[in-house]
Amino acid sequence: MTTTAIEKPHGRTGQRHTPGAAPRRRRPGRLRARGLPYLLLLPALLLELLVHLLPMLIGIVMSFKELTQFFIRDWTAAPWTGLGNYAVSVDFDAPVGEALLKSFLTTCLFTVCSVGLCWLLGASAAVFMQETFRGRGFLRALFLVPYALPVYAAVITWAFMFQRDNGLVNHVLHDQLGIGDSPAFWLIGDNAFVTLLVVSVWKGWPFAFLVLMAGLQNVPREIYEAAALDGAGMWKQIRHITLPSLQPVNQVLVLMLFLWTFNDFNTPFVLFGKAAPEAADLISLHIYQSSFQTWNFGTGSAMSVLLLLFLLVVTGAYLLLTTRGRRTGDAS
Amino acid sequence: MRTIRAAAASAVTLSLVLTAAACGGGSSADGSGSGGGKTLTYWASNQGASLEVDKKVLQPELDRFEKETGIKVKLEVIPWSDLLNRILTAATSGQGPDVLNIGNTWSASLQSTGALLPWDAKNFEAIGGKDRFVDSALGSTGATGQDPAAVPLYSMAYALYYNKKMFKDAGIAKPPATWDELIADGKKLSKDGRSAIGVEGGSLANNIHQVFVMGKQHGADFFTPDGKADFTSDGAVAAVKQYVDLMAAHKIVAPGNAEYAQNQSLADFAKDRTAMVLWQTPGTTFQAQGMNPDAWGVAPAPVPSGAPGQGRQINSMVAGINLAVFKNTGNKDGALKFVKFMTGDQEQKTLNSAYGSIPPVKAAQQDPAFDTPTVTVLKQTLATSAAALPQVPEESQFETVVGTAVKELFADAAAGRPVTTESVRAKLDKAQQQMPKK
Repeated sequence: MTTTAIEKPHGRTGQRHTPGAAPRRRRPGRLRARGLPYLLLLPALLLELLVHLLPMLIGIVMSFKELTQFFIRDWTAAPWTGLGNYAVSVDFDAPVGEALLKSFLTTCLFTVCSVGLCWLLGASAAVFMQETFRGRGFLRALFLVPYALPVYAAVITWAFMFQRDNGLVNHVLHDQLGIGDSPAFWLIGDNAFVTLLVVSVWKGWPFAFLVLMAGLQNVPREIYEAAALDGAGMWKQIRHITLPSLQPVNQVLVLMLFLWTFNDFNTPFVLFGKAAPEAADLISLHIYQSSFQTWNFGTGSAMSVLLLLFLLVVTGAYLLLTTRGRRTGDAS
Repeated sequence: MRTIRAAAASAVTLSLVLTAAACGGGSSADGSGSGGGKTLTYWASNQGASLEVDKKVLQPELDRFEKETGIKVKLEVIPWSDLLNRILTAATSGQGPDVLNIGNTWSASLQSTGALLPWDAKNFEAIGGKDRFVDSALGSTGATGQDPAAVPLYSMAYALYYNKKMFKDAGIAKPPATWDELIADGKKLSKDGRSAIGVEGGSLANNIHQVFVMGKQHGADFFTPDGKADFTSDGAVAAVKQYVDLMAAHKIVAPGNAEYAQNQSLADFAKDRTAMVLWQTPGTTFQAQGMNPDAWGVAPAPVPSGAPGQGRQINSMVAGINLAVFKNTGNKDGALKFVKFMTGDQEQKTLNSAYGSIPPVKAAQQDPAFDTPTVTVLKQTLATSAAALPQVPEESQFETVVGTAVKELFADAAAGRPVTTESVRAKLDKAQQQMPKK
């Protein structure tokens, strides 16, 4: 069953190689033609080095320096501290390390909840949208609106809606439905976690919907028809046909959602400003505060490098596990 | 094949151009920002009711400067939420404006980065001398014993703004002069869905300004004389608790104020929802919100004894804006000319009148325009009962960590959780541990 879906990407990758493969056939003596793919890659490669890798390397170097306000004007003058910044960051008994650990755990919980809900909403909507009915196009477009809106504008609107005294959320929950004795705070205190989750899921699920919907297009209708003839109900069809067919799509989707959510800076920053409530103190904002607000860029960089390592390990392990699973699946 | 070759050639050219542009971006920005030509870049802070208002106030003056000197000034008004980050970025990259406004409390912090031009005797001479400025304003321009990092541009002080009609309706004859009176009046004023006094509980900077003054009234500084953080002294704890207790214990602040950080407390005041605010020069904002200037009164902020003065009777920080020159400027002469222009008697009168602030320049302060009842209260406060925030390099970190602690305490109070001496001390202790080790 899985093979149908898997063959597609193979096919596509094959196609992508074709332009490069064509000159290879005419190889004899054509050094220039051979270099062509590299030449075409050059702009992207140079810009990639410049925009992504160089700042990352500088960040890693910074993490070994005591780069405080006294040295930001001339970085080279900042003294080397060896692993000093890392020691401060992972000393979980001291306040800085403790706060970082807490923020890390909050982020993990937040990511699991957000990715789970995004996937669940996206998958449900995609499955229901498989049927043809009046207004399907309109609903599809409507569902994609949060994905199309600029993040800042959308999140600022949410921040207004979550205001305690004049916000729409409390107006509906408290004034109209009469829930709670007094209007709740959403932007400070413990509820901030719920606020962050709602906005994050609202922002993230259309992408899951879009990708899963595209994935579902590849599942042949005949399989469902055959299953229906064999007496499989809707749940059985979802369990035994839809989900296994979507596995390769899910593999990429979950990874992307995980990375985006874990690293999300804009949502908490626009919602809560520079000092997020403890309940919603996501790690990216925490690192920002550790470096920009306290002007200690060395420690901030060390924390960033630790985060990078963590994400690398998780991504590597995830890819290793899921591709191995897939290979075994292919073999069977 | 020809098309492919052409495509390859253009790809390479494009990549080289883009890379060159990316590398060269810096130098060209540098050129426009601080090149030796006849232009200057000026970063102004947001003083009026909006960024647009500031542009309208400043642009005619900049045009006048261009007419007098031939130097064109490119103006950018930067909101407070971004200003410090922008300055830090400029300091880090070495590419910034030529002249810039800074909050005077940041003077020592920014001075320590070495990004600002020190105002030694020679530089002061170029703008007419140090003694043109009021002493209290000069006290907030950098660490003691060093050349100032900036010169004073606008001076401000905190005062109590009160709604005359709400006071009259509650049968209160005069504004409170002590904290006890403020609380007693506050209880009379908190009724019918209105509350007595507004606070900006989510604003770190405002929290700091308020608890710093209350700290002075409890005999506490937040730094030891040799510049170490000292946030957990009994006086500091009492000061923070006193401020948060306006909401937690006395209930004369509406709980919703705990999340205010965008001057919502001024909007509440202008719309008759609160009867008092402790603020620095909010007049233009009140008017922009539609409040009639006759509707509010101004009185000195409360002190324990009822008579503002020095020591424990201090009732305001030395608030204000300083003007600094970026050390990397390529047009130092032009920058100094511009500072001289902005601190000249005529400009000082014009700009400070427009913003409702007080000129830190002695000669301009004598002008009858600054004899209105409001400005007199502020002038008096600055002259007799204001203190400068600690002039230490870690001042800006102090604003962040202690400001956050107060914000969290307000969140506790708003949620109905008890705010005790222990809980205040615990938050301040956590804040202190986040400060850089010395």
